[in-house]
Amino acid sequence: MARDTVAVDVAGPPAEPTAGVLRSALLRWDTALLVVLAGVAVVAGVLVEGFASGRNLQFLLLDVIAIALIALPLTLIVITGEIDLSVASTLGLCSAVMGRLWVAGLPLELVVVLVVGLGAVLGAVNAVFVTRFALPSLAVTIGTLAAYRGLAFVVLGDQAVADFPFSWTDAASSTVADGAVPWAAVVTIVLAVVFGVVLHATPFGRSLYAMGNNAEAATFAGIRVARAKFWLFVASGAVAGLAGVYWTLRFASARADNAAGLELAVVAAVLLGGVSIFGGRGTLLGVLLGVLLLGAVRNALQLADVAADTLNVVTGGLLIASVVVPNVVTMARARWRRRSRTP
Amino acid sequence: MSTPPTAPAAPPATADGSSRTRFVHKLWLAREFGIVVALGLLVLVTAVDNPAFLSPQSLRDLVLGAAILVVLAVGQTVVIISRNIDLSVGAVLGLVAFATGKLLSSAPGTPTAVAVGIGIGLGAVCGVVNGVLVAAARVPALVITLGTLYAFRGVDHSWAKGRQINASDLPRSFLDLGTWTVLGVPVLAVIAVVVMLLVGFYLRSYRSGRELYAIGSEPAAARLSGIPVGRRVFTSFVLCGALAGLAGVLYAARFGTVDATVGTGIELQVVAAAVVGGVAIFGGSGSVYGAALGALLLTTIGSSLAVLRINPFWQQAVVGGLILAAIGLDRLLAVRAANRLRGRSSHGA
Repeated sequence: MARDTVAVDVAGPPAEPTAGVLRSALLRWDTALLVVLAGVAVVAGVLVEGFASGRNLQFLLLDVIAIALIALPLTLIVITGEIDLSVASTLGLCSAVMGRLWVAGLPLELVVVLVVGLGAVLGAVNAVFVTRFALPSLAVTIGTLAAYRGLAFVVLGDQAVADFPFSWTDAASSTVADGAVPWAAVVTIVLAVVFGVVLHATPFGRSLYAMGNNAEAATFAGIRVARAKFWLFVASGAVAGLAGVYWTLRFASARADNAAGLELAVVAAVLLGGVSIFGGRGTLLGVLLGVLLLGAVRNALQLADVAADTLNVVTGGLLIASVVVPNVVTMARARWRRRSRTP
Repeated sequence: MSTPPTAPAAPPATADGSSRTRFVHKLWLAREFGIVVALGLLVLVTAVDNPAFLSPQSLRDLVLGAAILVVLAVGQTVVIISRNIDLSVGAVLGLVAFATGKLLSSAPGTPTAVAVGIGIGLGAVCGVVNGVLVAAARVPALVITLGTLYAFRGVDHSWAKGRQINASDLPRSFLDLGTWTVLGVPVLAVIAVVVMLLVGFYLRSYRSGRELYAIGSEPAAARLSGIPVGRRVFTSFVLCGALAGLAGVLYAARFGTVDATVGTGIELQVVAAAVVGGVAIFGGSGSVYGAALGALLLTTIGSSLAVLRINPFWQQAVVGGLILAAIGLDRLLAVRAANRLRGRSSHGA
């Protein structure tokens, strides 16, 4: 036993603490993502005309904000071992209701509050099914994915409401001090900090990892699993509602099919960000980097005149590589270690 | 030693093993029976409102519409039973539909059987990609097939480049596949039923088919008891891919018009059909018959709403509600069964 440990230590590099820290930092998923993201930015900046402009950065950020927003609570949900596929439909229903209420003559300030509240209620419906009736969240949110999108069509049909005041739609894409960073991105970053602190710096956040690793053990350790999950689904709905407001104003159009299919892009970003689909592992920073990486690659290829639909290959390839490569590396390393130990 | 208090409902408690299997069997029967009842009620209500709903032409359209979804749902069931999921079926269907159209428009002399074979083969190749990634790299199927959903769809788009294949480009003999009937039943529906029966027989009566249920119930236990889990899961993905390929060929034959967006989002309908049909999303239980009935029910809802002059926008909402009701019902039945079994074992002890 003791000899084994020694052998492993000897096999590794000299145990200098700084080297170890550096190496583990380099091997972290977040770091790898940051390196890849920087690589993409440099390569695209050199090769693709117009990528490195402030205007393009603004558009890139505007394009990823909805995904980034929805990904925040979804990260926490996936870390607990659950999933919410209804987010894009929640966004669509909120957008449709927003259009309907605006047409009915309500002031837009009130409409926004009501719509975010509606999102929270829709999230609570998911939460009740998942926590109270103990149903698998995958099945429940596939059901509400269909139901909420269907209700969006019931509310607004195939019409579009587009006569939102210019001051509001303009605000959705306006930038800080007329630079490249949109105000909406600032809001997203503030929310990201809030979710990041909750996940990484509070007992509540730690408990999410615990229940993701083993819900039963977490329950026995005194963690209120159901209650935590309930509020996460409510948060997911509310943020999706907020994203619905942003989407509607950004494109100046409330439609029932707004953001249809976006749930797959969000889940792809979360998984690319290093969150384990089984729960218990992942960081919020990684997810934000995943969102940015997907956005930057798509943006660069679009500028390089690659058709938008063809980009799906890249999205899919990135997602598969992000889960297959670490697994294969781990397996290969385990095999190598076993072989180096046998003689 | 007296008769159990639940005597009237429960079978005689003499042979515990056989009574339990009969009980499980009954439960299984009840689940499909529920869908049949729902389907019957729906058809009845619609037919009372408008008797033309039961005209041969209307029924033919109904089964024709359900056939492709049934084929997909049968393949999906095989994968879900082993506690996996295949979200890429819609993309595979689209890719194969376009490939078939491309093949037949550039070589109109190709016999229909060859086109069908090539379509199934291409679908199986997609299934191999999924199967290798899931089984060899040990990555969750949800993630892998979400990735291949994008990848296959992207390949489809970059191949099609926005072009569309029209019915006029396709040979008459191939399009006949979509309109022919045998004794008044559309060939497409016959194919779907044959596929369902074959796969149903395989799952129920073949060792490797039964092993899929074991894997879905408890993968670790299945591995410990010597079941080649990786190989079985791989096979299930290949089968699912092949059936999605078949569905793609049928789609091309039925609609004639094919572009790169064909089948977008159908994966959720397929999973919904399986779930409504009583296939547990975390594996281990369910049947292809239930899934096929689920597919038929979802299709019927669509046509019924139109006949009943209900705003067609309600359709998706109703489907969503149905999924929630189905999983809720399954949960209820499972809890009740568990309680009854627990009651019996404590009685025995």
